[in-house]
Amino acid sequence: MAFEKDFNLDATELRLGLPGTSDEQASTTLRIGNKRALPDMNEDSSVAAAKKCDQETAPPTKAQVVGWPPIRSYRKNNLQTKKTEVETCGMYVKVSMDGAPYLRKIDLKMYKGYPELLKAMEDMFKFKVGKYSEREGYNGSEFVPTYEDKDGDWMLVGDVPWEMFVNSCKKLRIMKGSEARGLGCVV
Amino acid sequence: MNYFPDEVLEHVFDSIASHKDRNSVSLVCKSWYRIERYSRRRVFIGNCYSISPERLIARFPGLKSLTLKGKPHFADFNLVPYDWGGFVYPWIKALAESGIGLEELRLKRMVVSDESLELLSKSFANFKSLVLVSCEGFSADGLAAVAANCRFLRELDLQENEVDDHRGHWLSCFPESCTSLVSLNFACLKGEVNLGALERLVSRSPNLKSLRLNRLVPLDTLQKLLMRAPQLVDLGIGSYVHDPSSEASNKLKHAIQRCKSIVSLSGFLEVAPRCMSAIYPICGNLTTLNLSYAPGLHGNKLTKLIQHCRKLQRLWILDRIGDKGLGVVASTCKELQELRVFPSDPFGAGNDAVTEEGLVLVSAGCPKLNSLLYFCQQMTNAALITVARNCPNFIRFRLCILDPVKPDPVTNQPLDEGFGAIVQSCKRLKRLSLSGLLTDQVFLYIGMYAEQLEMLSIAFAADSDKGMLYVLNGCKKLRKLEIRDCPFGNSALLEDVGKYETMRSLWMSSCEVTLGGCKTVAEKMPSLNVEIINESDQTEFNLDEGQKVDKMYLYRTLVGHRKDAPESVWIL
Repeated sequence: MAFEKDFNLDATELRLGLPGTSDEQASTTLRIGNKRALPDMNEDSSVAAAKKCDQETAPPTKAQVVGWPPIRSYRKNNLQTKKTEVETCGMYVKVSMDGAPYLRKIDLKMYKGYPELLKAMEDMFKFKVGKYSEREGYNGSEFVPTYEDKDGDWMLVGDVPWEMFVNSCKKLRIMKGSEARGLGCVV
Repeated sequence: MNYFPDEVLEHVFDSIASHKDRNSVSLVCKSWYRIERYSRRRVFIGNCYSISPERLIARFPGLKSLTLKGKPHFADFNLVPYDWGGFVYPWIKALAESGIGLEELRLKRMVVSDESLELLSKSFANFKSLVLVSCEGFSADGLAAVAANCRFLRELDLQENEVDDHRGHWLSCFPESCTSLVSLNFACLKGEVNLGALERLVSRSPNLKSLRLNRLVPLDTLQKLLMRAPQLVDLGIGSYVHDPSSEASNKLKHAIQRCKSIVSLSGFLEVAPRCMSAIYPICGNLTTLNLSYAPGLHGNKLTKLIQHCRKLQRLWILDRIGDKGLGVVASTCKELQELRVFPSDPFGAGNDAVTEEGLVLVSAGCPKLNSLLYFCQQMTNAALITVARNCPNFIRFRLCILDPVKPDPVTNQPLDEGFGAIVQSCKRLKRLSLSGLLTDQVFLYIGMYAEQLEMLSIAFAADSDKGMLYVLNGCKKLRKLEIRDCPFGNSALLEDVGKYETMRSLWMSSCEVTLGGCKTVAEKMPSLNVEIINESDQTEFNLDEGQKVDKMYLYRTLVGHRKDAPESVWIL
């Protein structure tokens, strides 16, 4: 910068503002952009690209400046893996069983899939579900797990992918006896 | 003093713990030098290339504890090639061959191979303590050797290391006879450990005070470990996801409550926020809390937790806490001394981030605050001036505004006045990191007021060489200066080359210094190593003296050029 001031290159400098104005923002941006007089020597292509970008836009975009913000790689790597984790804020739904005096609540987010959920329900209410098949629903037990979905319809647990189920399930109900058999025949 | 026998002086020196003081003692006279060197047990070497292991051993034959640091600080941010150096093997080899009874080794930013760990484990019968911070190059195999061979191991502390191979049953290698463990930290390991071996190890370690687990230790194991180690003082929880209404959760709650001595808590690498209530019973005792790896904790659950921590002195947190959350910290944690706020989303829109408001609140509520690391969206001069007034006791003040050259958003001015207020008010300031839009003016203030400053980090700042000159001329106690992307050139670099001999190191990258300038420094100061680091693929360095240097790292040394530099590093 001192070098450039001595030779009064201000008049010929490329700026973001109107001629005659001296915008601090623009000159700062330019300072970063103008740092390298020799753009292709000793430079990472990504860094060079970042510097070219600087001259066209306002403040340098964060993602393109190497080593900024100054966070240890270890920390950055560990936070990034976390971004893909589903935040566990709990998804409690009521569970009723025909004939039981009161309802229970379980957190759907605690389970990774249907087998775990069904096992938890079996433990809670002391019953056993039958064997699931797509064609016939649950066979071999008078208890059938069902749920009420977003549309208010009573659906058989297990038909749709787990994630879809978790997102659409409003209530669980363990049907028993003749009513259950009726549901098992619904397409 | 000359009439005291050596043993008396030695006894007196024994009570002098600080490295600085011991160094001063050794300079008084020849006999004090001699007595001091034979009685010295702990040595700290801030730059492993400033001295050789042979000279260390020759001077301090009674050495028991060695601390070594390798790569420059900016290596943390990927600015230094991976093969730059900092190998610990030659040190271990030399110490092993010398017969020195090494008991403790603490390394930071060094390359530690499995071979070195193996050699370490077999060479020192009384080895007690290994602490590795931000190191790399080793795998679970190296750890297995340490576990198996160090019969009196007290401390194995792995902090934020990049470990190559995460498989391996190193934990099972602790023999049944090993009952001496005081501290075990393997939070940074990504692999599974043998849970049974872990439980048995903890059971037979009555002195265990510090235990930090990795993510893959399940809840029921955590509960069992806590039941067996209620004497714990420091706990790092890996995975913390459970259903609060479950039996497992109740058992865990009970186990946690038994641990009445826990004052330091960290981890929560995986966390279900609703489960935090199980922790409340021990929160009242906590002095240290590190939640900086737990982005799942925010909002009400986080602030509720903090409201239980009235005795907190050190808090590391993510910026998801928000300004409001920092307000809760301010009103709850009156004993707070150190605060670190890390960004949870470094490149994102910053919806959850903190601003100057949070910092002002904390400064008003926590008068004992003396150490700060604060990543934020924005900062104003007014806020910094207020903070400076509220907290004149800062020893460390590191501010990082995520947008590198952002001015004060209210006035559109540079942040010179704000930082100026900080250095003027905080007379004990030792470490300072600047960010935001800054001109030469801030450096004038730093040179004038920051009399105790030892370490300064500058990025995207200043208008001219004057900035750097103000600092070099004014800060008499400066030890480490690291600069990136500033318009400092040869005239600043060459103004007073003798100054660099009074410092540990100088880093300059993406500045205006040229090869010619660096060569001049190297010529005039043979006691410095001047390294040019070139990251591009070209194998030859351009020899044009007018060529600007991408990265320069210079440091004082007593042992000349190092022999282990890779091709990308040229020592002038």
